[in-house]
Amino acid sequence: MKNRKFRSSIPSLKDNQVTPESLFWGRREFIKNFAASSVGISALGGGLLSAAPDTSKAASSGFTTAEPLSSEYVVTHHNNFYEFSTSKKKPAEMAKNFNPGNDWKVSIGGEVEKAGDYTLEDILKKTTIEERIYRLRCVEAWSMVIPWSGFQLSQLINYVKPTSKAKFVEFKTLESRSVFPGQKRGSLGFHVLPWPYREGLRMDEAMNPLTFIATGVYGKSLPGQNGAPMRLIVPWKYGFKSIKSIISIRFLDQQPQNTWHKNAPREYGFYANVNPEVDHPRWSQARERRITDESFFGVKKIDTTMFNGYSEQVAHMYKGMDLVRNF
Amino acid sequence: MYYKLSKMVAHITCWLPLFYLIYAAYYRLLGADPQDEMLHQLGLWALIYLLTGLSLTPLNKIFQLPVLVKFRRMLGLYAFWYLLLHLTVFFIFYLELDFSYLLDEIVERPYITVGMLAMLLLIPLVVTSTKSMQRRLGRNWKKLHQLVYPIAILAITHFIWQSKSDLNEPLLYLIWLVFLLGFRIYKSRAN
Repeated sequence: MKNRKFRSSIPSLKDNQVTPESLFWGRREFIKNFAASSVGISALGGGLLSAAPDTSKAASSGFTTAEPLSSEYVVTHHNNFYEFSTSKKKPAEMAKNFNPGNDWKVSIGGEVEKAGDYTLEDILKKTTIEERIYRLRCVEAWSMVIPWSGFQLSQLINYVKPTSKAKFVEFKTLESRSVFPGQKRGSLGFHVLPWPYREGLRMDEAMNPLTFIATGVYGKSLPGQNGAPMRLIVPWKYGFKSIKSIISIRFLDQQPQNTWHKNAPREYGFYANVNPEVDHPRWSQARERRITDESFFGVKKIDTTMFNGYSEQVAHMYKGMDLVRNF
Repeated sequence: MYYKLSKMVAHITCWLPLFYLIYAAYYRLLGADPQDEMLHQLGLWALIYLLTGLSLTPLNKIFQLPVLVKFRRMLGLYAFWYLLLHLTVFFIFYLELDFSYLLDEIVERPYITVGMLAMLLLIPLVVTSTKSMQRRLGRNWKKLHQLVYPIAILAITHFIWQSKSDLNEPLLYLIWLVFLLGFRIYKSRAN
């Protein structure tokens, strides 16, 4: 029922007329890039899979998958975005007024040649928008298959030119209690997490071709609850690594602290690679609940695979590493 | 007459959450992961009925409403009923009725161990909840039914332990329980 309502609200011309100008231009830019990547507007309705890149090449790149997509409703209504709420349902409702556009600022700094404040528009000019269909595996043992659009992070990194000292990249989410009410104290005075949310990657992880910055999902610009206007996607790691609504990217010579690790060091590591052999201290990671749609039987239990099925693309980066200790 | 009517209202009230959950599941109002929402809501209602049942004695002592005490058994049984449904959803959708996983889960997830323990301890109380059993057990009945306190503590532990990081909600229930236990300790000291 809800689903039908949602489908009928797919943006039409009329929607564009009431969209704030900045976002409108953002969408035009997005559509232009989208068309350039050979995925026509007409494909938005449902032909996404058929519009995916050549399958044989894509299979070895990991850029797409033939698994059934999770419905647009579940992708946009089941969000761990604690900046809004710890409920997975609420962010979709609470993010209605969070519609950042191309004037969104990202500060890029640290061990990098072209440090400075970039708008999303600047960044989109230096990168190529493409579509990726990735599995997303949450540390809570549920998963989805999601058609993102955005750019490969390595394109941006190559443009800003990190120095030889740069060994790690640190990302930060916007901190603003007016935008993100979840950053206020809870009813009993507790902060849910230490804000702002931070994440980090090793340089080789950040440069891996799978590592992606999403600016859209399901052929539309990224909704607030999914981390508008730009978020990280690291598909072989647990979802909490894929930080949302990024305002800062810093290149560092040492490993940065990431929020969940800081909050519970025994339970969440820096690497957080999907690994069915290494359980969370409180639950098993051997299997996952694949969410396909919002019907009562839309969830199936399946086995979790090493590196979320991306071993071919990423396992070489962890050769010789103890993945039990570096969880 | 008045008592009978209020008992009927209480029965209907206790069934409402279940009816709503079934309705909401059918009409897709439970969000993107309805099984998970169903699991959590059923568990939460079991806890709410358990704590409400435990609140009746203090409420009677404070407001002099002895009729309240007559609802204790009913609320305890509804708590058990919602707990059974909670467990059924867990068995069907989380274990997919593959009970070889059950032992793994019980060992690996301590909060499940704690929840299971609460469930098992509740069974003798349900079995001995009838008037005839109460008569047959005599003085031991009261002793046996004091198990409800450790059960409530286990239930809250289960709730807190499974939370990822937000303790604000489970701690509200903990405060409720602390108040209920505190009231009883205070009363027994006063006697």
